[in-house]
Amino acid sequence: MSSSNAVNYRMDLLVCGGTGCQATDSFDLVEKLKSQIQVAGLQDEVRVVLTGCFGFCEQGPIVKVMPDNIFYVRVMPDKAELLVKEHVEKGRIVHELLYEEPDSKEKLDEQSDIPFYKKQNRIALRNCGFIDPENINEYIAAEGYMALGKALTSMTKPDVIEEIKKSGLRGRGGGGFPTGLKWEYTRKSQAKEKYIICNADEGDPGAFMDRSILEGDPHSVLEAMAIAGYAIDAQKGYIYIRAEYPLAIHRLKVAVQQAYELGLLGKNILGTSFSFDVYLKYGAGAFVCGEETALINSIEGGRGEPTVKPPFPAEIGLWKKPTCINNVETLANICPIILDGGEWFASIGTKKSPGTKVFALAGKVNNVGLVEVPMGTKLRDIIFELGGGIKDNKKFKAVQTGGPSGGCIPEEFLDTPIDYDSLGEIGSMMGSGGMIVMDEDNCMVNIAKFYLEFTVDESCGRCTACRVGNKRLLEMLTHITEGEAEMETLERLKDLSQIIKDSSLCGLGQTAPNPILSTMKYFWHEYIAHVQDKNCPAGVCKALLKYHIIPDKCKGCTLCAKACPKGIITGKVKEAHIIDKEACIKCGECERVCKFGAVTRK
Amino acid sequence: MVLCKLLGMGIFMSEYKVDTEKLHRLGDYIDGLERSEGELINILREAQEIFGYLPQDVQLFIARKLGIPAAKVFGVATFYSFFTMEPRGKNVISVCMGTACFVKGSDLVLDELRSRLKIVNGNTSEDGMYTVDTVRCIGACGLAPVVLVNDKVHGRVQVDDVDALIKGISDGIASKPELVSK
Repeated sequence: MSSSNAVNYRMDLLVCGGTGCQATDSFDLVEKLKSQIQVAGLQDEVRVVLTGCFGFCEQGPIVKVMPDNIFYVRVMPDKAELLVKEHVEKGRIVHELLYEEPDSKEKLDEQSDIPFYKKQNRIALRNCGFIDPENINEYIAAEGYMALGKALTSMTKPDVIEEIKKSGLRGRGGGGFPTGLKWEYTRKSQAKEKYIICNADEGDPGAFMDRSILEGDPHSVLEAMAIAGYAIDAQKGYIYIRAEYPLAIHRLKVAVQQAYELGLLGKNILGTSFSFDVYLKYGAGAFVCGEETALINSIEGGRGEPTVKPPFPAEIGLWKKPTCINNVETLANICPIILDGGEWFASIGTKKSPGTKVFALAGKVNNVGLVEVPMGTKLRDIIFELGGGIKDNKKFKAVQTGGPSGGCIPEEFLDTPIDYDSLGEIGSMMGSGGMIVMDEDNCMVNIAKFYLEFTVDESCGRCTACRVGNKRLLEMLTHITEGEAEMETLERLKDLSQIIKDSSLCGLGQTAPNPILSTMKYFWHEYIAHVQDKNCPAGVCKALLKYHIIPDKCKGCTLCAKACPKGIITGKVKEAHIIDKEACIKCGECERVCKFGAVTRK
Repeated sequence: MVLCKLLGMGIFMSEYKVDTEKLHRLGDYIDGLERSEGELINILREAQEIFGYLPQDVQLFIARKLGIPAAKVFGVATFYSFFTMEPRGKNVISVCMGTACFVKGSDLVLDELRSRLKIVNGNTSEDGMYTVDTVRCIGACGLAPVVLVNDKVHGRVQVDDVDALIKGISDGIASKPELVSK
């Protein structure tokens, strides 16, 4: 439908409108581009399209010029005039806005040439950055709602489930449970009413793939929910989404309304007897609500506390009716599977974990962003090829996967091909796909403490092991980072971690000690340094820092002495200065102002 | 009066120590719902939107209006981090404490903000101008560390940028271009 519209334009400027680029003023950029095009009198020939996330957040705002297929990065609003005058009017590529390969300094003009995109295989993210998420016609032009049409008109309900089972698709929210089986169980539960829930409560800090899919391709999730509804006999679907994602909520609302207008949601979809309604429900900030039973309690308006399983939601779920809960990324894979077949999907990735996985690459890596790669890709390839290596040429220390439930993976395991099982074997987990890279400046004990602070804060308080146990773990970690722990503390830390894992009610508690156990396993020497030597090797834990001026490097410029709030740095001009360690409050001001790198804190 | 309350026979706006006009707006919102079952979280969201926070009397009002125990309302309001029972400052600064922001030093930015704005107890400055709190990952990890100033996202904020950030707010400038374009 929209293709007839698109033909009228000779050129499209696709501007990323994801949260990341929005923060770097992409909305302002769109306005400036539009007004420049207006000035040039080209508004009937050239169109500016605000798309979803391109994934390359590090280089935002991103502008892709089609059909020329030129990929511009870091296009600040003040470059709009240049872009329009040069590229749009004269057809000349603006070299200064091209991506520069950091090693060879070569300017790359096509998206597919950029190392960040080279190894990617985008299935769940197929439309992100290509279509206008607020225009259903663009989604339809990209094969949208064809899978729903195919399912409703030429496949029986068991056929649909069989296809998903054949694909081997596993839940992308963390657990990795086979999606086809989940659908089958819910289908087999007898009830008049059943529900589909899309879990968009992306609580894992550092993961943002669900947000990007919802912002960039909301219809793919709605269509998949309708297909799931058809397969399991559900007529109502709920999307449980975080309140922290206002843009995703807005795009979803627009998408739902447009789908209703075209009869792709609502009564008698595509002229069949199948009817399906979708409702939005907002989370109110509780990590535990990612857990299925807690999520159901929250949708029902109560405290989002988990309940004991069984019974599973497939038997007794929302409003005590059979309920199937799938995560956003899982659903985004459904339509391609229906269209291209389960076998096609199963041929990608590894045997036990077919398909691709979206990872949110963040932390101390050069190319922060979203990458979608086949399962079985090595961690090293993701971090050093797609991710472009560690920022500022620092040394890699660990990569954390699986969020607060996962673990830290050291360098020796970088060649592990990643899938659900291999990550479990090295003491971490897939989780929702957050991947936080840490360098030599990160203290692993402090990282474990950070995650424990998170789980203690987010523990719902229902079971003692999690509520009380994690608090004790956090206390012990605090003692360690403050230099007040003994070797015996480490033993107790390990024992209690195991007890909490064994005796907690839900996944949150059962996995909460993972960050501690994995860092103790791989970074034991850092724990020892904190406990025995009262030293933080990374120079992070404040109580253990010892600020010191290296006499050979100090030029005696007096900057540090002037900056010190306690006035305890002494020395003559052009002579090495000295810090009174006893009186030092470790504020770090001296280190910050020193221009010669003469202040150390280790 | 006490008897009325016990029997749930009537709700007298005047017995609540909050703005009556706002209370009416909340009452109208609740009356406009098709059914109240399962809507408690949405009602609390609306209440917080209207009042800026959830005073005890507003929670009591909601409980009586829905015919449910006030303990249930309180239980839900305290469970979710989105809800607050303290009045908030004129400007709300939220520091992202997601892992990506944390490993890039957002905790240092938080400390700096609190000390520059002289926030000692709680999250709000004494003059009621600023509230500084933390937010769980907002998904803009590419721009870590991220600070939200009255819902506008500022990316790549370092400790040294805090002064400019505060000055930007006090000058009434919503965005500091040099902060986001780095």
